[in-house]
Amino acid sequence: MAEIFELGISGIRSGIASGDFSAKEVAETFIARVSAAKSLNAVLVETPDHALAAAEATDKAKAAGETLGKMAGVPIGMKDLFCTEGVATTAGSLILEGFTPQYESTVSSNLFKAGAGMLGKLNMDQFAMGSSNETSAFGNVISPWRRNDGGNTDLAPGGSSGGSAAVVAGRIAPAATGTDTGGSIRQPAAFVGITGFKPTYGRCSRWGTIAFASSLDQAGPMAHDVRDCAIMLEAMSGFDPKDSTSLDLPVPEWEAGLKSDLAGKRIGIPKEYRVDNMPPEIEALWQQGIEWLKDAGAKIVEVSLPHTKYALPAYYIIAPAEASSNLARYDGVRYGMRDLPDGAGLQDMYAATRESGFGPEVKRRIMIGTYVLSAGYYDAYYTQAQKVRTLISQDFDKAWESCDLLLTPTAPSAAFGLGEKSDDPLAMYLNDVFTVPSSLAGLPAISVPAGLDGQGLPLGLQVIGKALDEQSVFNAGLALEERAGFVAKPEQWW
Amino acid sequence: MTESTYRIQGGTGEWEVVIGLEVHAQITTNAKLFSGASTEFGAEPNTQVSLVDAAMPGMLPVLNKECVRQAVRTGLAINAQINKYSRFDRKNYFYADLPQGYQISQLYHPIVGEGKIEISLDEKDPDAHGKTIGVERIHIEQDAGKLMHDQHPTMSYVDLNRCGVALMEIVSMPDMTSPKEAAAYVRKLRSVLRYVGSCDGNMEQGSMRADVNVSVRKPGDELGTRTETKNVNSLRYIQQVIEYEAQRQVDVIESGGDIVQETRLFDPDKNETRSMRSKEDAHDYRYFPDPDLLPLELEDDYIFDCKASLPELPDEKRARYKNVLGLSAYNAAVLTAEHETAIWFEELLETTDEPEKIASSAANWLTSELFGALNKMGLSIEKSPVSPQQAAELLGLIADGTISGKIAKQVFEIMLETGDGATKIVEEKGLKQESDTGAIEKVIADVMAANEDKVAQYRGGKDKLFGFFVGQTMKAMQGKANPQVVNELLKKTLGDAG
Repeated sequence: MAEIFELGISGIRSGIASGDFSAKEVAETFIARVSAAKSLNAVLVETPDHALAAAEATDKAKAAGETLGKMAGVPIGMKDLFCTEGVATTAGSLILEGFTPQYESTVSSNLFKAGAGMLGKLNMDQFAMGSSNETSAFGNVISPWRRNDGGNTDLAPGGSSGGSAAVVAGRIAPAATGTDTGGSIRQPAAFVGITGFKPTYGRCSRWGTIAFASSLDQAGPMAHDVRDCAIMLEAMSGFDPKDSTSLDLPVPEWEAGLKSDLAGKRIGIPKEYRVDNMPPEIEALWQQGIEWLKDAGAKIVEVSLPHTKYALPAYYIIAPAEASSNLARYDGVRYGMRDLPDGAGLQDMYAATRESGFGPEVKRRIMIGTYVLSAGYYDAYYTQAQKVRTLISQDFDKAWESCDLLLTPTAPSAAFGLGEKSDDPLAMYLNDVFTVPSSLAGLPAISVPAGLDGQGLPLGLQVIGKALDEQSVFNAGLALEERAGFVAKPEQWW
Repeated sequence: MTESTYRIQGGTGEWEVVIGLEVHAQITTNAKLFSGASTEFGAEPNTQVSLVDAAMPGMLPVLNKECVRQAVRTGLAINAQINKYSRFDRKNYFYADLPQGYQISQLYHPIVGEGKIEISLDEKDPDAHGKTIGVERIHIEQDAGKLMHDQHPTMSYVDLNRCGVALMEIVSMPDMTSPKEAAAYVRKLRSVLRYVGSCDGNMEQGSMRADVNVSVRKPGDELGTRTETKNVNSLRYIQQVIEYEAQRQVDVIESGGDIVQETRLFDPDKNETRSMRSKEDAHDYRYFPDPDLLPLELEDDYIFDCKASLPELPDEKRARYKNVLGLSAYNAAVLTAEHETAIWFEELLETTDEPEKIASSAANWLTSELFGALNKMGLSIEKSPVSPQQAAELLGLIADGTISGKIAKQVFEIMLETGDGATKIVEEKGLKQESDTGAIEKVIADVMAANEDKVAQYRGGKDKLFGFFVGQTMKAMQGKANPQVVNELLKKTLGDAG
């Protein structure tokens, strides 16, 4: 039998159900894994008591013969973007240092109600702005993966959900929450060889999740495999009257609906995703993915998403615009950090607090966002970007006339070394080139680990589906997973 | 319609004033626009603040549907276009009373489009002195909190109770040309809002306040550059601001200066406006659609239901009072200006099956006797110690001749003091009017016997002495004789003998 720490959500579920181990043993196992992994810098706040309390509740419920929740006995990692009652929440920033919410985000609350416990709050790019975890105010997370060149270059776990990616890949937590604004679940999942799922915009409530770009932010699961993601997403999602953009729809039983037979499904291959300088290994993996899906019974069709090349520029206008406004509340007045120089007035306090409380990438995006919304530039930037966003959505609508799902690579490269791109924001932004269009259109998408590159690093394939058709996305992901047989794991060096 | 003749006399001739008002009206509802927090006035600082109002991380706005309903009803009440698609925008700026760092408002797509309000410049003859003021738009937005600068020697305190309270901003066209017109507009707007029930119109408590836009021009010229004086919270101040600003602008222009488009503040103590910030320092509010909120889309049925829920509005009511109930134009205007007065009046009329028979006398009594008494006591009509039903009883006693109008005043005073009914008072105090001809004739005979000389003079042609006999008779009967009967009998008796 596998060790407990090697198990994911469904493995823990069956182990507890069959009495192989108690939820408490599971919690203790992972609590120990968390404390032993400090060198990865993935966990900002450890919450062993929370995990233990949830485990004890599960054990008690089981002993009493009660029906267990979907996440019963599963201790998870919580991205630090989710406000957690009584547990410090910083979004990886200094400006929120010392902030302890008096409320629980809807997503974390849903997970806890389903029986999950929390191992800790996970490091992330500051305010979810970044693709490498290097913008965290508390130092970057180090990926558990290393290149197979015998060296010990520290690699980026991806971002912004880098802490989530690292703990799941390192088997430090069986699953973790992530959030995805332009690829922040999918890209790190691809970088570390795990499965990450971004649902349709509105499936998961944004209430209590610290906002980056409101019209794009979506929470989702990061876990070992497709089944675990389906289980966890069922627990996370659902209508929330406290979020006006939340979808008032029942949560489908995605796990029960899993099937990898894709007979009758048409998979579109968007030609515009063949970008310049794409590593041949990724190109080859994509081709391999096409073969796997054919093998699963799907029909492959070439489709065109003509406005794809405008997606990234539009995203880097819309997301910063919203962020510049969303982050205005961090002003030193009511909570978090306050920098009040001697004799300072209100404006001076704002300036000093925001100067020392925000990191360079956050400042960059606030400035971009402020600029594109300014009088005289609004129409040229923001209005144009919104038009592009509409065109991109229409591209997808058009594609759905000839296919049901799209297959693309998740990211244009494997994980890079920490520091390799941190001086070049534009190169960093290109990481999102395959994930941003579906974010702009609010579509569900999955990243499934599908192979290793020549350096022994994981590569992911992305499946994008129609709005609300998470089931087909899960199913195609499962078909890929079964055929890819991805079992590689990072060797424990930490 | 009459042209206003308000003019500023400058050294270079006459100047015309052009006024537009942006009225902020707090929507009557128990909860704030986007949070469930209470909106009660006068609560302890920071006791009515939700997580959303304090802009805690991750908090989201949820639209209070009652505010939408009230804005739509208000729009319908001024015959405005209701926009079936509207949207909320963020107005971004930093201030300590604005925790989110933005105000949620409606810039690009307001919920209510163009409408109009009829104002009257002369209560006594409203129809002859009416004017139509255009309303450009009504939109819904959040109020900000309040800074308190007098609580600490070096710090300012912030009270977030008002933060997030729902406001309607009602933007007029620049259609007003005198302080009086502006005051009439605000008065009428307040009346409509109170009829609709969408705002209590209480300017002292800040439920209604105006940004006053003023410019001057030579009659017939293009519009001049305007200034905007913020947050003026009384009818008197609004007029003072206009008077001061118009004169100031004329002085500036005539001494060779230019009017700067700017925001100004009114100082009621010094009766002057002061520059707050000029256009160059104006905030760039970076408006954009709030991504936390979906566009607001209204169905025809919803708008129809809002329309059906409106009460009879002041203009319709005034016309009905005049044309159906036969009231004078003045009484009709006075009784409909405030909804509460009209409600009181109509409750009184409800005591009879034939309201038009008593309407005029009741209206006269209300506008003179009741208003006079309430005024003296400093009470509003809702607090009147005499109920409409009690008033009807009193008026009934006058109508059927039980008491005279003069005695009625006495009875009314006792009613105000004791709260007793008119009939009870008349009986207990023996104030019932004597109409029995036998009794009156007996008294007249006594009076004539005691004043034979005067009788002779009267009969000799001194008609004016008639009043003397009336007075003596009434006095002998302690004022309780029916004056009409006394008159008739005296005429007969004095005439007979002659």
